[in-house]
Amino acid sequence: MSVNSETVRKIARLARIAVTDDEVPGLTEQLNGILGWVEQLGEVDTSGVEPMASVMPGALRWREDVVTDGAMPDKVLANAPEAASGFFAVPKVIE
Amino acid sequence: MTALTDLSLAEMKAGLDARTFSAVELTQAHLDAMAANRHLNAYIVETPEMALAQARAVDAGTRTGPLAGIPLGIKDLFAVEGVQTTAGSKILEGFVPRYESGVTANLLRDGAVFLGKLNMDEFAMGSSNETSAYGRVISPWKAKGSDAELVPGGSSGGSASAVSARLCAGATGTDTGGSIRQPAAFVGISGIKPTYGRCSRWGTIAFASSLDQAGPMARTVTDCALMLTSMCGFDPKDSTSLDIPVPDFAAGLTGSMKGKTVGIPTEYRLDGMDPEIAALWDQGIAWLKAEGAEIVSVSLPHTKYALPTYYIVAPAEASSNLARYDGVRYGQRVTPPGGNVHDMYAATRAAGFGKEVKRRIMIGTYVLSAGFYDAYYTQAQKVRALIARDFEQAFAQCDVLLTPTAPSPAFAFGAKADPLAMYLNDVFTVPASLAGLPAMSVPAGLSSTGLPLGLQIIGRPLDEAGVLDAGLAIERAAGFTARP
Repeated sequence: MSVNSETVRKIARLARIAVTDDEVPGLTEQLNGILGWVEQLGEVDTSGVEPMASVMPGALRWREDVVTDGAMPDKVLANAPEAASGFFAVPKVIE
Repeated sequence: MTALTDLSLAEMKAGLDARTFSAVELTQAHLDAMAANRHLNAYIVETPEMALAQARAVDAGTRTGPLAGIPLGIKDLFAVEGVQTTAGSKILEGFVPRYESGVTANLLRDGAVFLGKLNMDEFAMGSSNETSAYGRVISPWKAKGSDAELVPGGSSGGSASAVSARLCAGATGTDTGGSIRQPAAFVGISGIKPTYGRCSRWGTIAFASSLDQAGPMARTVTDCALMLTSMCGFDPKDSTSLDIPVPDFAAGLTGSMKGKTVGIPTEYRLDGMDPEIAALWDQGIAWLKAEGAEIVSVSLPHTKYALPTYYIVAPAEASSNLARYDGVRYGQRVTPPGGNVHDMYAATRAAGFGKEVKRRIMIGTYVLSAGFYDAYYTQAQKVRALIARDFEQAFAQCDVLLTPTAPSPAFAFGAKADPLAMYLNDVFTVPASLAGLPAMSVPAGLSSTGLPLGLQIIGRPLDEAGVLDAGLAIERAAGFTARP
């Protein structure tokens, strides 16, 4: 499988990264180089093998469903590029 | 008299306990060394005021603990409350955490002094420190007869350069595919990545969550053990943190190999291996044998698939983890004129991320996308299971594995411009990361060009003690005293 410039633009859109027309050919070549190389995994016989998502045996630990922190809006908003009236502010979403 | 900055961490501890020098003197000596070595670009931010206040509290007896007064550098991946934390990325420029990471909180609890934040490859993605948005870190080492600047390795390159150049007693590092071990080898210091889950990931900026693990980098194995004991520990805020007791690793160190079996993985002897690396490995085998270890050949049949597995799993996790940098809650924001919120996301990420980070996010996005998920991501997770099984079977025959840390000594800037050539540098370190195993690099000799070379010890899950003992055995046998 290899990607073409159209696919690269689609991936960039999914990843929310703006790419310029100049960048697309280089990215296409680099991504194909990497994808062509990782495709060797296809030759490994993995029938009957469970995919490994974590090296930790067993299920993740659960905690009680209780409030453990909060009431710190100033700290939460301290690093926001733009905040107003106790909220994160973004460009207009709805016309 | 030896300069204070030349002492090992253990010697600093002893000197402080005996009041041979004060914590303020020790801290000031490091701050002076940092000021004199800014050309290495090891620190992104220096925190002299914080460091001296912490040192004064140690001298006043109000700040105590096993690391009281020990001046450390902190990789810029760890959130330190009130100090800019960027992960080496422009997108986080100006981000000042209002909380403390689990690992740095442990070090502060134990009395450590923080000298500043250490430079690194952007979001820990790199093996040479060339991807930092804050400029490349330079190794204090130079090859014999050459004036060319060399890479310190990566991603913990600022940590490596600073420890090697005596700009801190020890440093925190993080290791996702070799980011503690490879830079440690490149600059002639030690570094250990503990078992996945030993160190809290809370407040450590995420790259690939199933692989990321913090660990210490220092000039001796004992120093690593001292720091590791402090850095490890259960943290309820990290869902994969191990709720088990932490041994006193330094107190338990013996360096004895009597009755131990050391496995030598045949698949690591690559075709076309650098003869100097092969010779160093043979020397390491001979050293451990002389210390009483039994040497056996073991097989890790899926070794050649570790790198491609890593370069699917890690970018997949990264593409998900780095989705949070959207210009809304923290970090930089770029809004094109008249742009809506979607334009803002795309422009912010285009301006804020560097080339390698974008490349990995896009690879990750692709391998997780509909229609390709099973062929790439699920298959990689299955091969990862086989790689972990290889290690399990090998550890039925031996206690630790001995391998080289990296396939070459440090290289020059720009030497590996092709991303794939750079990725191949992690060939010996990535497999243990995929299996979550403890692994360390110890300096073992110099190349013919006079550059440090490291040997890697890989252990069973939770057997950091066994890894450190083998590391100490190598350290004693190698008698590595070279310095930049």
